[in-house]
Amino acid sequence: MQFERKDILDIESLSAEEITFILDTADRMKEISKRPVKKVPTLRGKTVVLFFYEPSTRTRSSFEIAAKRLSADSISISSSSSSMVKGETLADTARNLEAMNPDVIILRHYSAGAPHMLAKLLKTSIINAGDGMHEHPSQALLDLMTVREKKGYIRNLRVAIIGDISHSRVARSDILGFTKMGAEVVLGGPFTMIPAGIESLGATVAGSSDDAVRGADVIMMLRIQKERQQSFLYPSDREYSKVFGLNPERLKKAKKDVLIMHPGPINRGVEISSEVADGPYSIILDQVTNGVSVRMALLFLVAGGVRNVDAD
Amino acid sequence: MLTLIKKGRVVDPGNLDGIMDILIDDDRIIEVVPSGKPVKSGSVLLKRRAPDRIIDASGKIVAPGLIDMHVHLREPGQEYKETIETGTLAAACGGFTAVCAMPNTMPVNDNRQITEYILKRSREAGNAIVYPVAAISKGLEGKSLCEYGDLREAGAIAITDDGRPVSNSRLMRRAMEYAKGFGLPVISHCEVSELSSGCAMNEGIVATRMGLSGIPNAAESIMVMRDIALCGLTGAHLHIAHVSAHESVNAIREAKRKGLPVTAETAPHYFTLTDEAVSGYDTNAKMNPPLRSDFDRKAILEGLADGTIDVIASDHAPHSSIEKDVEFDSAANGIVGLETSLSLSLKLVEDGVLDISALIEKMSKNPARILGIERSITAGSIADITIIDPDAVYIVDSACFRSLGRNTPFNGWKMKGKAVLTMVGGKMVFDNIFRL
Repeated sequence: MQFERKDILDIESLSAEEITFILDTADRMKEISKRPVKKVPTLRGKTVVLFFYEPSTRTRSSFEIAAKRLSADSISISSSSSSMVKGETLADTARNLEAMNPDVIILRHYSAGAPHMLAKLLKTSIINAGDGMHEHPSQALLDLMTVREKKGYIRNLRVAIIGDISHSRVARSDILGFTKMGAEVVLGGPFTMIPAGIESLGATVAGSSDDAVRGADVIMMLRIQKERQQSFLYPSDREYSKVFGLNPERLKKAKKDVLIMHPGPINRGVEISSEVADGPYSIILDQVTNGVSVRMALLFLVAGGVRNVDAD
Repeated sequence: MLTLIKKGRVVDPGNLDGIMDILIDDDRIIEVVPSGKPVKSGSVLLKRRAPDRIIDASGKIVAPGLIDMHVHLREPGQEYKETIETGTLAAACGGFTAVCAMPNTMPVNDNRQITEYILKRSREAGNAIVYPVAAISKGLEGKSLCEYGDLREAGAIAITDDGRPVSNSRLMRRAMEYAKGFGLPVISHCEVSELSSGCAMNEGIVATRMGLSGIPNAAESIMVMRDIALCGLTGAHLHIAHVSAHESVNAIREAKRKGLPVTAETAPHYFTLTDEAVSGYDTNAKMNPPLRSDFDRKAILEGLADGTIDVIASDHAPHSSIEKDVEFDSAANGIVGLETSLSLSLKLVEDGVLDISALIEKMSKNPARILGIERSITAGSIADITIIDPDAVYIVDSACFRSLGRNTPFNGWKMKGKAVLTMVGGKMVFDNIFRL
């Protein structure tokens, strides 16, 4: 197939066929990162802007490494160093960036829909690196890549996602991504963290974390944010860990060859015990490795594909 | 100056419905007679001289002047969003002979000077009449009462902290008791801030899908129920603003059944749209209270049909692109409504939800009754009249609005029915009959 998208905004708008195509491309990219000289000239002369309105280590360095391995020039702007602190609107900052002719803008923003707004406004390709509580498509794609790599397939797997579903863009993208690829997604967590109508995305809500874990092929634990205690979402880390955390005891209810995932950063001893995070079923660091491949694939597909080759 | 409006269907609920001729001398209606019949012997004026101006209203509906009792005119303080002049012109073009101006201006209309300023500016503009609504609490801060006696004397017609709820129940109780002594209705913006703050749209499937924090129906209905309880306690006239949730409709219906002095309004967007309109992060569908589910929308329609909801008011809230062309959760709440309200409401007649008489009650007679002003097509009444062409089909073009606000989710919509002439005190403040 030909990949014709200008932007990668969310998993919701991608078809299963497109997702498969991205994963296949990422699989091929992975080999580059294993070479002694980890660089190909594919995106030489292309400019990639990393525009981060929220703090990020993993996603930002992953995109940056991906751009460099493809020989694109990348620059990085954070909200504290940008004109945003001078009161410039997102739209104006973006228009100014576009005036310098970049090929791709990778946007991380605290407002849901911010990348969608830029995509409408600009001709430059936009890749969503996480928008508010909405979506984090490159994270879901790297999760799908990692599961497919380990299991060989995604269809009919039982994927449990446990934690603060309400505030998680990773959860939304993963629910959409895994269900589109034919997996069954079960959600767990305190009901304060399960948003209204989440079933409409294709997931089912388990009555308890034990129920969610039971028979799971994949368990994705989400980071619990300590400041959520102030909004009465959970009483204490102690109780959270006991009732919803993943520990060796609870893990026994899952399938024997279960995969343990986490989008990071992890809170050891809260949502996941160290024995599990560092244990044999954990593929948390494989996720990070594949993140680079997936992001190379995304950059290649929006900036290096047919769409960008001049007719003459 | 003698004006004759002839051959129109005069619909003055509770008084008249028929093809009538209306004779107006300067600012007063002199006579209303069945069209085509010989004028009564008492009609001295018409016998003595021919009308200076004849308006052919055949095929049109002639209604007592429409009143939009929930409008933000933004002046003083935010004249880049709207001025009293542009807002009242927009009102006139939308068929409204009068509007109630909400007090959340800058500075807040919580004292006689601002009330008088608003009245002065509206007289200068000479479009629709403005009835200033004063604040319940000083600075809308919910901490101390405003001087309702002085405000009433200056021309305030009601009180509200609209835009913000009165969270302190004791202050609300005292405001209602105190306002009762001056015959001022208390208009309540019902919202439990603890349930809504930091949230951007209706709680539900759409918000979950879009990754936006949701405002539950209970954020509105809890406060509606509290205020109804305070209405029972104080006996003051309570008017619930912009009803959006089905639980609120039920609570108001029950309160009315018990005979409490409660009235309520809703806005056209609540019976026309649902939270699906927010899809694509359209900030022109962002308002507070938010667009709700289809279940709520249907409950609003039922409430309108059975009389639970007395009034249709637009909650006209103009904003500039500075507030709207931004990230969804940073965007300001509110949409303009003066120039689409009547057309969207006429759809209710088209759809059989209301008959034309009930619609005119909700857009003219009931607001007048709640505010304690006269509104009638009878000999001796002030000539505040709206002429409606129920068959005019047009496309909404926000670029042509007289309002400075362009923030509408209805741009490009095909509408049927609109005002073609608006008369305030015998003066035509908007006229599309002569002009055509």
